[in-house]
Amino acid sequence: MKYILMMHGQKDSWDEYARWSKEDLQRNVEFMQRFNKELRDSGVFVDTKGLAWPQEAKIVRAGNNGEPVTDGVFPESKEFLAGYWVIDVESPEQAYKIAARASAAPGPGGKPANMPIEVRQVLGSHTDLGF
Amino acid sequence: MDWREPSSDVPIGELLRKLTPQVLGLVVRRFRDFDAAEDAVQEASIAAVMQWPRDGVPDNARAWLTQVAFRKMTDLIRRESARRRRETEVVEEASRVSETGLDAAPVEDDALVLLFMCCHPALTPSSAIALTLRAVGGLTSAEIANAFLVPEATMAQRISRAKQTIKASGIPFRIPDAEERGGRLSSVLHVLYLIFNEGYTASSGRHLRRADLSQEGIRLTRIALRLRPENTEIAGLLALMLLTDARRHARTGPNDELIPLAQQNRALWDREQIADGVALLSAALPKGSVGPYQLQAAIAAVHDEAERPEDTDWPQILALYELLKRMSDNPMVILNHAIAAAMVRGPKEGLKLLDALKEDRRIAEHYRMDAVRAHLLEMAGDSQEAAKYYRAAAGKTVNLPERNYLLMQAARLTTMMARS
Repeated sequence: MKYILMMHGQKDSWDEYARWSKEDLQRNVEFMQRFNKELRDSGVFVDTKGLAWPQEAKIVRAGNNGEPVTDGVFPESKEFLAGYWVIDVESPEQAYKIAARASAAPGPGGKPANMPIEVRQVLGSHTDLGF
Repeated sequence: MDWREPSSDVPIGELLRKLTPQVLGLVVRRFRDFDAAEDAVQEASIAAVMQWPRDGVPDNARAWLTQVAFRKMTDLIRRESARRRRETEVVEEASRVSETGLDAAPVEDDALVLLFMCCHPALTPSSAIALTLRAVGGLTSAEIANAFLVPEATMAQRISRAKQTIKASGIPFRIPDAEERGGRLSSVLHVLYLIFNEGYTASSGRHLRRADLSQEGIRLTRIALRLRPENTEIAGLLALMLLTDARRHARTGPNDELIPLAQQNRALWDREQIADGVALLSAALPKGSVGPYQLQAAIAAVHDEAERPEDTDWPQILALYELLKRMSDNPMVILNHAIAAAMVRGPKEGLKLLDALKEDRRIAEHYRMDAVRAHLLEMAGDSQEAAKYYRAAAGKTVNLPERNYLLMQAARLTTMMARS
């Protein structure tokens, strides 16, 4: 079963992240590289992507003529998707375990950042309902 | 990369798929190292793909492959021995192997032993599936990865870990003992069934390729049956697959939408395949003890033999589910039993059976429970409650066509109630 693990960041935390020390950033980057390698080596990796900073994000809606109408940066929301992983695992518990590992990525001072990771199952194809 | 080889390569591709598992069996038996043997056979197949189109397929293709694989193994062990100074005995023995000796080897039994190894209970289901498709099915990692919609590297890694697990577990390369055999065979059948289902549950249309996994499951089960023709549960499983797969063109609409059994266009059912399944089952049933696969096949056969939904012999299906319930504690069986009971004795009887499952933690919160309840409530004429449970089921399923179907049912009932 496939799960998407979404790492959310607070709007303010982007600015904070930009001011992390070199050591803190390096520790975090190395952790992520190691973590991704672990996912690959254990045969559960499907995909991962980090997203560009939300400063450049736009909300797009179709206008009356179908042309795009863009809104500036999310006016109301406080949380943003920072990046995601898609994994193929045997059970929800295994997905939660992997999410917890990602959440424990080191933050400032090397302490676990405990970022919230949203875990959602990816929709599959249908079985028989029995009727 | 396509699931099937391009048409110009079909003869060599198909030949290799048939031969590599046999060769793998021989190499593993000789060298007792599954992990390395798998690599050696893979290299031999690559050599064949390079050379055969140019030089022609050798007269004894299996012996050719075996010799190349043995040579690769010998090279490998020589390299290791030079480093670690061991296993020289095996190398010497291997260099003395003659082609005549190879042909005398019981190749068929090797394939069965491979199947037992690949479906070992120490492996997780997804590892066992991947390894079986690779070692017994002769598919490449890329083809398996494609079928499961994961990157090739992930699948290669999964296969390599599965091989290591087998190596670490020290499972001997032989047919399991009499006392072990029953349990081990049921693991094999379970893995084959999972392979089939993986393809069957994949929708048509854009995932068409994945449907070939059903064909692969059927092909592997045929191999297992050829090796153990007297085993009636293997025959039952094969019959179940054929009888279920016969409905594949009718079970989804043009946009992948789910079409339940009662609404399927039965003209689209594969009559020939149904006849094959029924023949297999009829031959197996009188032979010995009737297991769960034969019972499920029998249920599928009763459905398949009804010209119209209203011709379905529900009392027969109900009787079969009652037998099946005694044999397996699977909550899905109990749910299907409730549906059959409702069809024979009325929806109230079915609903009563569902109530008995309220304490069963495996199923109480499952969307199928809500979906079946909704279906039975609708049969009982309680549209209001039925719509509520269709929506509850839609909120819990992780299948998009199912969610759409269930929401559509709720919407249909709501519209109907507004009009009356």
